[in-house]
Amino acid sequence: MSTNWALKIESLGKIHGIPDLRSLEDTGPEKGTAKSALTGSIVAAWDVSFEVAPGEALGVIGESGSGKSTVMRCIAGDQGSTTGAVRLRTVHDGHMNVLDLDPSSRRHLRVADLSVVYQDPAEGLRLNVTAGGNIAEALTAAGWRHFGRIRDRAAELLDRTEVPLSRMDDLVGTFSGGMRQRVQLAKALANEPPVILLDEPTTGLDASIAAGVLDLIRNLLEETGVAAVVVSHDFAVIEMLTTRCVVMNHGRIVESGLTDRLLEDPHHPYSQKLVGAARA
Amino acid sequence: MNTPLLQEILGNASRTDTNLDGSSSFKAQTLNFGLLDEYSKREIRRAILTAVAVPGYQVPFGSREMPVARGWGSGGLQISLAIVGPDDVVKVIDQGDDEGVNAVNLRRLIVSSTGIPESTTPEDSTLIQTRHRIPEDPLDARHTLVLQVPVPEPLRGVERDMRELARMHAEADYARMWVSLYEDKVRNGVITRTTGYPCLVNSRYVIATTPIPRWDIPRLHQSEFLSLFGAGREKRIYAVPPHTDVEPLTFEDVPFEVEKTPGAKCRNCASNNTFLVEVLATDVRQSYWVCSDSDWCRRHRELSDSSSQGLMT
Ligand SMILES: [Zn+2]
Repeated sequence: MSTNWALKIESLGKIHGIPDLRSLEDTGPEKGTAKSALTGSIVAAWDVSFEVAPGEALGVIGESGSGKSTVMRCIAGDQGSTTGAVRLRTVHDGHMNVLDLDPSSRRHLRVADLSVVYQDPAEGLRLNVTAGGNIAEALTAAGWRHFGRIRDRAAELLDRTEVPLSRMDDLVGTFSGGMRQRVQLAKALANEPPVILLDEPTTGLDASIAAGVLDLIRNLLEETGVAAVVVSHDFAVIEMLTTRCVVMNHGRIVESGLTDRLLEDPHHPYSQKLVGAARA
Repeated sequence: MNTPLLQEILGNASRTDTNLDGSSSFKAQTLNFGLLDEYSKREIRRAILTAVAVPGYQVPFGSREMPVARGWGSGGLQISLAIVGPDDVVKVIDQGDDEGVNAVNLRRLIVSSTGIPESTTPEDSTLIQTRHRIPEDPLDARHTLVLQVPVPEPLRGVERDMRELARMHAEADYARMWVSLYEDKVRNGVITRTTGYPCLVNSRYVIATTPIPRWDIPRLHQSEFLSLFGAGREKRIYAVPPHTDVEPLTFEDVPFEVEKTPGAKCRNCASNNTFLVEVLATDVRQSYWVCSDSDWCRRHRELSDSSSQGLMT
């Protein structure tokens, strides 16, 4: 483990319902459920720890209900967490647990410290605004006030994410799914954040479209040197984008390691099941 | 006239109550000075004080039923009646015109409930209630400008959710307002918004300068006078105190420009450096321009008439 991390997660936990620690006793992979019969609470995620270095992409893989999206939303600040720490190198050099920030300061991190690309483009974009306008929102939030420079920067970003410039002034709502994801990527990268979270970025797209978007994401991650967390249920996505990954099941990490090795030789029965399904 | 308020006031007038400060009050068999009861005045004044203390912040207040329909200047009227004193002289304009029906009604109401004198000339006035304009004459520290506001929320066009609006103001998160200006410029080549142009007050809150033309915006910046904005229907009061920065939101490379039609001048007084409005005729060639500020126009017409007469004699 290096100390050169851009994002560090320490023992992150999220319990829906009464945060009664007895809920931990009858939940998790061994118990085969995230819902506690004892307390009625749901342990959506517990004891989740990992770190991501600049230029590195870490995968979080699991089926729906495994807690991977909860982890993503807790890091992003879209959801509150029960316990743990989230540290960003750019916030007090990592000495600050951003979960302790007030909601306003927390939201402000999304301007330039941490970006999110959602599965549903409507979560990350305004469909009734043009592609350029969506990027302008990110830039003006960061203090850009020069119209010409905003236009140039938006064009540069759209070019980089392979959106035809002829569509720059079209409403995003008129775009195809694949094109929307490209605009979302352009917006997410607008202020060159050191950390980006990608939540099922190609799920729901046609296979050929998804392949193109994945290719683009891989290139962007390499070019920008951003630290990325890729959340997916799909080992093909994790394999293509990440070098390390963690496997989640019923709210807990059951295995972690290099993505290649984990795919070749999964140890945990749940990982074996996932890999088997992906290889089938 | 609005009956519940009048009944309440008349009810008060026929009783002898104890005032809020504990003193026994003598109530004559007339309406209270300025129509509003003292309790209402205090509440509105408190909102005004908050508004002045936090320039540009929209202060909620318990908007009263007024003997004018909400949306017809009831917000401005409540401010005027809460701050008016026996030494004030009132001027009321509607679109720059002292003789507009609403201006006349509102002025009549203020004068009849206070007994203070009225004027059409800013020079002689201290309290100026207005819809859609700031008088052309320079105003100074003697003046208080009360603006009638239909829609106080500058972000209404980009967000409807009240909680999100409150959050955006609290965090000074105006990125989406900038996006709307960006989109306007992209779509139309220029920023087309003419009246109610969004302005940043005291480098903190964005306000709707609703709905005065761009022409009047520079006059709010570092002004000598106090401007109070009242929205009766939406129950909000906000203020621009004297010597406060009021900056129209505009891109660094897209200068803010006021309305100007090359070659246009007032048909009555020949002015070309006032805010002009076009009077359209069925035959376009017979359309013409006149000053929006009718009192200014009248005085300058008399001035030019007398000077040209002076030349003739
Ligand atoms: Zn004129």
